[in-house]
Amino acid sequence: MIGLLSLAFTNRISATLVALMLLCVTLAFAASVGETAIPMQTVINTIANHVWNAGHEVDVIDAGIVWNYRLSRAVVAASCGASLAVAGAVLQGLLRNALADPYLLGISAGASTGAVSVAILGLGAGVLGLSVGAFIGSLVAFAFVALLSLQAGRGTGAIILAGVAGSQLFNAMTSFIVTKSASAEEARGIMFWLLGNLSGVRWPDVWLALPVAIVGLVICFGYSRALDAFTFGRDSAASLGVPVRRAYVVLIGCAALMTAVMVSIVGSIGFVGLVIPHAARFFVGTRHSALLPVSALIGALFLVCADVFSRMIVPGQVLPIGVITALIGAPAFALILCHGRVLR
Amino acid sequence: MSLELRNVDWQAGFKKIITDVTIAVKPGEFLGLIGPNGSGKTTLMSVLGGLRRPSRGDAILDGQALKNIGRRNLAQRIGFVEQQADTIDRITVTEAVSLGRTPYLGLLSPWSQNDDAVVDDALDAVDMRSMKDRMWHTLSGGEKQRVHIARALAQEPEFLLLDEPTNHLDIRHQLGILELVRRLPVTVVAALHDLNHAAMFCDRIAMMDGGKLRAIGTPQDILIPENLRDVFGVSATVEPDDIHPGRCMIRYHAGGANTDVVSDFADIKADIKKDRIA
Repeated sequence: MIGLLSLAFTNRISATLVALMLLCVTLAFAASVGETAIPMQTVINTIANHVWNAGHEVDVIDAGIVWNYRLSRAVVAASCGASLAVAGAVLQGLLRNALADPYLLGISAGASTGAVSVAILGLGAGVLGLSVGAFIGSLVAFAFVALLSLQAGRGTGAIILAGVAGSQLFNAMTSFIVTKSASAEEARGIMFWLLGNLSGVRWPDVWLALPVAIVGLVICFGYSRALDAFTFGRDSAASLGVPVRRAYVVLIGCAALMTAVMVSIVGSIGFVGLVIPHAARFFVGTRHSALLPVSALIGALFLVCADVFSRMIVPGQVLPIGVITALIGAPAFALILCHGRVLR
Repeated sequence: MSLELRNVDWQAGFKKIITDVTIAVKPGEFLGLIGPNGSGKTTLMSVLGGLRRPSRGDAILDGQALKNIGRRNLAQRIGFVEQQADTIDRITVTEAVSLGRTPYLGLLSPWSQNDDAVVDDALDAVDMRSMKDRMWHTLSGGEKQRVHIARALAQEPEFLLLDEPTNHLDIRHQLGILELVRRLPVTVVAALHDLNHAAMFCDRIAMMDGGKLRAIGTPQDILIPENLRDVFGVSATVEPDDIHPGRCMIRYHAGGANTDVVSDFADIKADIKKDRIA
């Protein structure tokens, strides 16, 4: 794959085509495997039927599983992986901190508080769903972190520390609500949600997740040169003609919104936003015009595969995808880390 | 082509860092900025470079206030090298210097052969062409500083601002950087710590003290024993440089930094001696 990537990057268009093909193959693969294995031919026919009314003969139940359950789920997983990876790459580049990740901005903590407020405290009187609650919660937490970092003064350190403070505060509120009011059953459900869960995902979620991922990627990509200019820090970027404040507002806002939408759909899946950008750097270096799309691609592929694993690894049971991302991702990343010097 | 400050204040919160500074940089000169730690050199540099806006007064480039000139436009005319700018990214020398082309690039003006040529010229100017493929983190301090200067040169600026460019370098590289900078065909403003270096290389010297511009003039006018005593708190003799007219050399006197302490110490020593004898 490394050879493929570096070879393909001699030509941007062919690289894009290779990436899209790779993504499509992975999505089809994800729709084909599962508790009942469905032949690839059926998957392709089903997709053809839905996309351009091809009129192939397919088993109705198989087609239902492929289209309604697995494919929508895989597309959301891809959007989510791409968004989290891009948000992570952007924040690491902007804040000049290798440990920055999308949840740094308090978003996952806020989402969990929002979700438990709806699910356990019954906020919103049944009108708000878990996702809406999580989305509102994440925005509240992000607003809190943003205001705090503005108050704390300029500098990237202020944002990171404000994020830590905000995350701790909202995590504490979540724990408080769960331990005080939740039954054991509810607590387990919340725990499962917090680790990420794609089970309930259907096509309406796709029409939210996919556009957000694409628009977010395009906006961030438009700022890739500005992100490069931050290589030697904020003042250096300013002296290179980058409108620093606008870049901060647009990029952090973009990363926050992408993350908030994804978290509200699937819960807070860890690891992807932190580690995928680093993995991408090993393959294509630190230039953001290459780093952002490749992060998005690897993030998407990784999360689709992790979702397949989470469905398959324990028969008859779906594991939280966050567990899988860390279980598979951590050793994989360790390998990249150790062999990184050979790769470069 | 002129860059000047008129009655500029800059304050952080309620604390004034620089007060009522008026200074004009002459085209083509090498202007040195000296002053003790905390005298406002770095702040003055960043106001000159348009990175900070004056709280009062005006920063003016060619008759136009800096704040009215767009960031990109400004970056095409003023290059700025910070005091210590490092990165954890694994980038090559060429990539670092290429960042200097940022103000010329956009969606509609992608990287071109001209940009390659400018980057190569900038690498040549700092004598780093042969190391263009080296990784940033393998460079020595002096080499990193050269790359920073090349990055600023790739901006094709009229003015080059350097904030203590020789910090943390050994003496050979300090002189090497300053020699290099003096040869460059741009107007240079550099904050310098070493007064002898300022005397050797600068056409004019501006002396800061407590946020104010104390004096500006040729090295021989500024670096006089009275100024060294009053502003820097050292006792020194200044000798004219016979080879380079207008320049001078400073010799510091040991123990001259704070004579009171020294004489106190001598008294104590004498007392101890007396005690022993008794």
